[in-house]
Amino acid sequence: MLGFLKRPVVVTADINLNVVALTAVGLLSRLWQLAYPRAVVFDEVYYGQYISFYMKRIFFLDGSGPPFGHMLLALGGYLGGFDGNFLWNRIGAEYSSNVPVWSLRLLPALTGALSVPMAYQILLELGFSHCAAMGAALLMLIENALITQSRLMLLESVLIFFNLLAVLSYLKFSNSQKQRPFSLSWWFWLMLTGVACSCAVGVKYVGVFTYLLVLAVASVHAWHLIGDRTLSHVRVLCHLLARAAALLVVPALMYLLFFYVHLILVYRSGPHDQVMSSAFQASLEGGLARITQGQPLEVAYGSQVTLKNVFGKPVPCWLHSHQSTYPMIYENGRGSSHQQQVTCYPFKDVNNWWIVKDPGRHQLVVGSPPRPVRHGDVVQLVHGMTTRFLNTHDVAAPLSPHSQEVSCYVDYNISMPSQNLWRLDIVNRESDADVWKTILSEVRLVHVNTSVALKLSGAHLPDWGFRQLEVVGEKVSRGYHESMVWNVEEHRYGKSQEQKERELELHSPAQMDVSRNLSFMARFLELQWRMLTVKSDGSEHKYSSSPLDWVTLDTSIAYWLHPRTSAQIHLLGNVVIWASASLATVVYALLFLWYLLRRRRSIRDLPEDSWLRWVLAGALCAGGWAVNYLPFFMMEKTLFLYHYLPALTFQILLLPAVLQHISDHLCRSPPLRSLFSALVVAWYSCACHVFITLRPLTYGDKSLSPSELKALRWKDSWDILIRKY
Amino acid sequence: MGTPGWLSWLTAFTSGRDPRSESWDRVPHWALCSVGSLLLPLWDETHFGKMGSYYINRTFFFDVHPPLGKMLIGLAGYLSGYDGTFLFQKPGDKYEHHNYMGMRGFCAFLGSLLVPFAYLIVLELSKSLPAALLTAALLTFDTGCLTLSQYILLDPILMFFIMAAMLSMVKYNSCANRPFSAPWWFWLSLTGINLAGALGVKFVGLFIILQVGWNTISDLWHLLGDLSLSVVTVGKHLTARILCLIVLPLTLYTATYAVHFRVLNKSGPGDGFFSSAFQARLSGNNLHNASIPEHLAYGSVITVKNLRMAIGYLHSHRHLYPEGIGARQQQVSEPFVLSVLRQHQAVDPLDPSFPVEFVRHGDIIRLEHKETSRNLHSHYHEAPLTRKHYQVTGYGINGTGDSNDFWRIEVVNRRFGNRIRVLRSRIRLIHLVTGCVLGSSGKVLPKWGWEQLEVTCTPYLKETLNSIWNVEDHINPKLPNISLDVLQPSFPEILLESHMVMIRGNNGLKPKDNEFTSKPWHWPINYQGLRFSGINDTDFRVYLLGNPVVWWLNLLSIALYLLLGSIIAVAVQRGARLPAEVEGLSQVLLQGGGQLLLGWMLHYFPFFLMGRILYFHHYFPAMLFSSMLTGILWDTLLRLCAWSLASSSLARGVYVVGLLSLLLGTAYSFYLFHPLAYGMVGPLAQDPRSPMAGLKWLESWDF
Repeated sequence: MLGFLKRPVVVTADINLNVVALTAVGLLSRLWQLAYPRAVVFDEVYYGQYISFYMKRIFFLDGSGPPFGHMLLALGGYLGGFDGNFLWNRIGAEYSSNVPVWSLRLLPALTGALSVPMAYQILLELGFSHCAAMGAALLMLIENALITQSRLMLLESVLIFFNLLAVLSYLKFSNSQKQRPFSLSWWFWLMLTGVACSCAVGVKYVGVFTYLLVLAVASVHAWHLIGDRTLSHVRVLCHLLARAAALLVVPALMYLLFFYVHLILVYRSGPHDQVMSSAFQASLEGGLARITQGQPLEVAYGSQVTLKNVFGKPVPCWLHSHQSTYPMIYENGRGSSHQQQVTCYPFKDVNNWWIVKDPGRHQLVVGSPPRPVRHGDVVQLVHGMTTRFLNTHDVAAPLSPHSQEVSCYVDYNISMPSQNLWRLDIVNRESDADVWKTILSEVRLVHVNTSVALKLSGAHLPDWGFRQLEVVGEKVSRGYHESMVWNVEEHRYGKSQEQKERELELHSPAQMDVSRNLSFMARFLELQWRMLTVKSDGSEHKYSSSPLDWVTLDTSIAYWLHPRTSAQIHLLGNVVIWASASLATVVYALLFLWYLLRRRRSIRDLPEDSWLRWVLAGALCAGGWAVNYLPFFMMEKTLFLYHYLPALTFQILLLPAVLQHISDHLCRSPPLRSLFSALVVAWYSCACHVFITLRPLTYGDKSLSPSELKALRWKDSWDILIRKY
Repeated sequence: MGTPGWLSWLTAFTSGRDPRSESWDRVPHWALCSVGSLLLPLWDETHFGKMGSYYINRTFFFDVHPPLGKMLIGLAGYLSGYDGTFLFQKPGDKYEHHNYMGMRGFCAFLGSLLVPFAYLIVLELSKSLPAALLTAALLTFDTGCLTLSQYILLDPILMFFIMAAMLSMVKYNSCANRPFSAPWWFWLSLTGINLAGALGVKFVGLFIILQVGWNTISDLWHLLGDLSLSVVTVGKHLTARILCLIVLPLTLYTATYAVHFRVLNKSGPGDGFFSSAFQARLSGNNLHNASIPEHLAYGSVITVKNLRMAIGYLHSHRHLYPEGIGARQQQVSEPFVLSVLRQHQAVDPLDPSFPVEFVRHGDIIRLEHKETSRNLHSHYHEAPLTRKHYQVTGYGINGTGDSNDFWRIEVVNRRFGNRIRVLRSRIRLIHLVTGCVLGSSGKVLPKWGWEQLEVTCTPYLKETLNSIWNVEDHINPKLPNISLDVLQPSFPEILLESHMVMIRGNNGLKPKDNEFTSKPWHWPINYQGLRFSGINDTDFRVYLLGNPVVWWLNLLSIALYLLLGSIIAVAVQRGARLPAEVEGLSQVLLQGGGQLLLGWMLHYFPFFLMGRILYFHHYFPAMLFSSMLTGILWDTLLRLCAWSLASSSLARGVYVVGLLSLLLGTAYSFYLFHPLAYGMVGPLAQDPRSPMAGLKWLESWDF
């Protein structure tokens, strides 16, 4: 116990000065003049909004990625004491003094800087020499695109950091597997792998590709482990369970945690509420919750309700009717019933109120005790302001001629009887005797005579329908679709017998008692689903590019231009590095294929251990490049050059590995080897030269003359901004 | 133009009339037996039957699928005496005197071959007769396969080729010990031929190509590892496969297109999808045998056509943009117009004394609208619909405008030199002042714009077909006319163009937001079928739905297979000693079953990634593989059960009883569900008087 009394306390520190030095230069390159320019640069305009939302605790919906990345950026704002008051509306707008630019940009810059020593570590763990490892780190250091991207409030450098961390910790883990399984460091690196993977996914969805790659490598290793007959069955099982826990369970829990924190942070209602379901909105502070708080839960005969469409596309809207009727003859010559229009209206309005009526009785008020409406009951819906009945019949709808028209019935005495009975079908019922609940129940209204369901067709009516959305009756048998499902949003028990009184009542806000809360899982699932399905307007962008342009660096993005001088920030890669990294990938692929085929013919060019090293380096680095690059060909969203940076990072890691391999195995004689080293040095100084030449565009600190800018335009497709004086 | 043909059945379908036929009688037998019993076209028959007729009439049409399937339908119709005069307008029109039996019979024949093919494949893979019989029974008694094989559809043809390719691949695998023998060559080249067939019917045929490709690569890998073979022998193997599996299919596939374009030489509904140069090939088209001057010169009167979907001409008329939408200048939008080309010099090019000067790549030009004498003009005002683009207008009086009327003309494909050739040169018009490119956004203008397509000037200089134009009509009295025949595109160009158009057509088939669409996860659980006929609920109706017993058995089998397969694989990896009998069984399960599982995955999972609209019947190729897997799995499972029992008589009993109950169970379920395929009348299934009463096991079934 008291061993320290007998022996001196000794701390041995193994400090790799390489790592320290690399960290230092990494920090220097990324943090230097970080607060410059003090203006909104490119996508900062986009991420900035979300930071402000976090600062103000306002709920928002962003389809571009999970909330972890945004939260990290917001952390910078929180530490810098940002109050969220800045209007993020224009690239190039000057930051006001309350925006802590430095601390907002700090986190991406730090992660960018740390990627430099991490590249070094990864190559070491892969079994390559210090020299190769230093090379990888130095290449990361002078890659202009990585520097530009790290120095701003953007998420790519954070993503790259977590990608590298996942790979590095997996390598550390698998290397300690051989010596000391189940030791403390073994557990640490295993867990860190899982955590880093989930962080990568949490920053951007594309992080999932690196996660899958790590999983694939881990499963191959696990498969070898199963085949290891020196281990007992129990031990193998323990190994597998530990991996499953760390690489599957932990990431899933972490991912949930991100959303949990996110939902705790943003608890106030805001501009994106409308997209969410009524139940979700009611769980936020302010907004709908203020209205629905205290509503009666169970819808009863005589209830006054507004009905919101659950699908809510193209816009969220409520079932609506008004005095106007369908035009007798449409523009295309078809006829209508000329009855009162029923539409879906995207704004709150007194005409959105409907009264649930028992077909057997005449009252429009709630009896006492209230008689709740249950699944399968037949009801009539009466429009509050006009007291007309919701009706549908075998008449073609105005814009969807294959569906039925829905109207509020007007009796013209022309042998067109009213058909206004609707059967209530609660879609998310737990039992067949379920009661229709406000907000929570999702219902279909199925017409009794024609078995069509009330549906939002998604089309906008022409001017005669005030550009509101068309509501139709569609055959239930054509299949279930969310656009047929509605829920009660606002609700009150109607009390007034007379129409005048009732109109007054409809205008007054609903008040009563019952509050409700959604569980975290329900909120998480809904939010995640909406995030994945929210459609970004796939608009074209001046600087968008296709994946094919990336490898050859045939595109660039102008990030920022000084308001007066020609100083500008431009996303441009170090062409030497890009070209040689792509070349290295090709060389790797060819050499790999060559070795593989020869090994199959039992010709072993490489000793077994260097072959395994070669394969693992390829699996992680070339594989990392492939999984982070190729999926973009399948994506339909607008793509930019910076999407390529995670893939590029892996390519850069592969480059020194290939160089060392060539030097070790292909340059057989010492003079040849020295010549190769000299060439490598020359090539690296070339890369340095390019870095220095492009530096003004990377940091944006120096204003170049038009002729200098023209000279920098090495490719026609580089859109370097030249001021015309 | 207008609605693309392949969408029209949707609309036609829903507005059809009572399709019930008086002379219909029920013949619940084989696919072939009932083929003649329906005297009206059902569902997609209107679509593919019509295309068969087009081949007989030699009318050019466009479809998103490659031509082979429809060509075969047309051929079958032609040989059986169908004259191609039936209109196939909507489901439910009666065939009357038209001889459609050949086409239906052909499809049904190919469809019925699926059963023997599946039988042979499983027999080859498992060497077990009961397994093969079980598979055959599953497919025979599946109502879905039966329904799909009865009508004039592409699916039976596609499935025929897929199964035939699979069968010949398996056969050729078992010839591996006699390489370069006659049967080896026969099966290898037959595989190639069937691959070409599958790809030639639908692009889904690509999946079976992947499967064969994978099989070939692993095969070659084994050969390479066999050190008793010399490298030269391995090289021979490789060459044989390249010849039979790449060169041969490609040649055949190309040949189908050659036949397609040769047969369809008359102008028809498909013209509008193709470029002007392509249309010049078709007799009956305006451009066919026309003769116009070849190169554009100043003073030429031309029409300019957009390359995207090739349906819009640059057009202008005397109507102004309404107030509030940019500048109040003359509208420009697509279809049709004549323009005069002028250089921005003071010389009037229409002056007869002015020498002919050709327009070249990079020239600065002005386009004057012939009818209204206004110039094509753009400026920094936003376009009416696409707010990020600039508005394009007609401006000026009698050709006198301002500096915003100048455009630089650029030729994208400069293969024909710097001059601008009618039909063939792809040109871009770049606005001189703003630097934007003239293009069509593809959006339809509201009523004030006569619902024509919007023309804008895009500041984003991306290479898209939207901003590429070609010159179609061309009048210039000073130039000699040449026959357009010399400008006709070569066969490779046509081939490439038709593939581009097909891919674009496929990408254009997007599901609508607010409509129910079939999702891939619905399919294996048989979630919802497709109604082939009958508008009103109680009409005579055929409902495409898999036999639920077969399908759910398939689903269960996949799960069991994965479980059993991984148990065996892990046991082997852990070095467990398997008894000889189990060893053999697990070989069959892992190798034979593995191939079928791969087939199922390849024919199913890619659909999850597809953005186009999907239908239930897309699952059927995968279903074939899954049924074969079921056959192998249950046979192996029962054998394993039997093996684990001590007494041999009991073991035999278990095996026989298990197999018989599976066979009888599927047969009985077919008896229950056969009206789905052969048709039923009367009330829907929830009504106790319905013939299908009590059989609506899932809420979502609709029969």
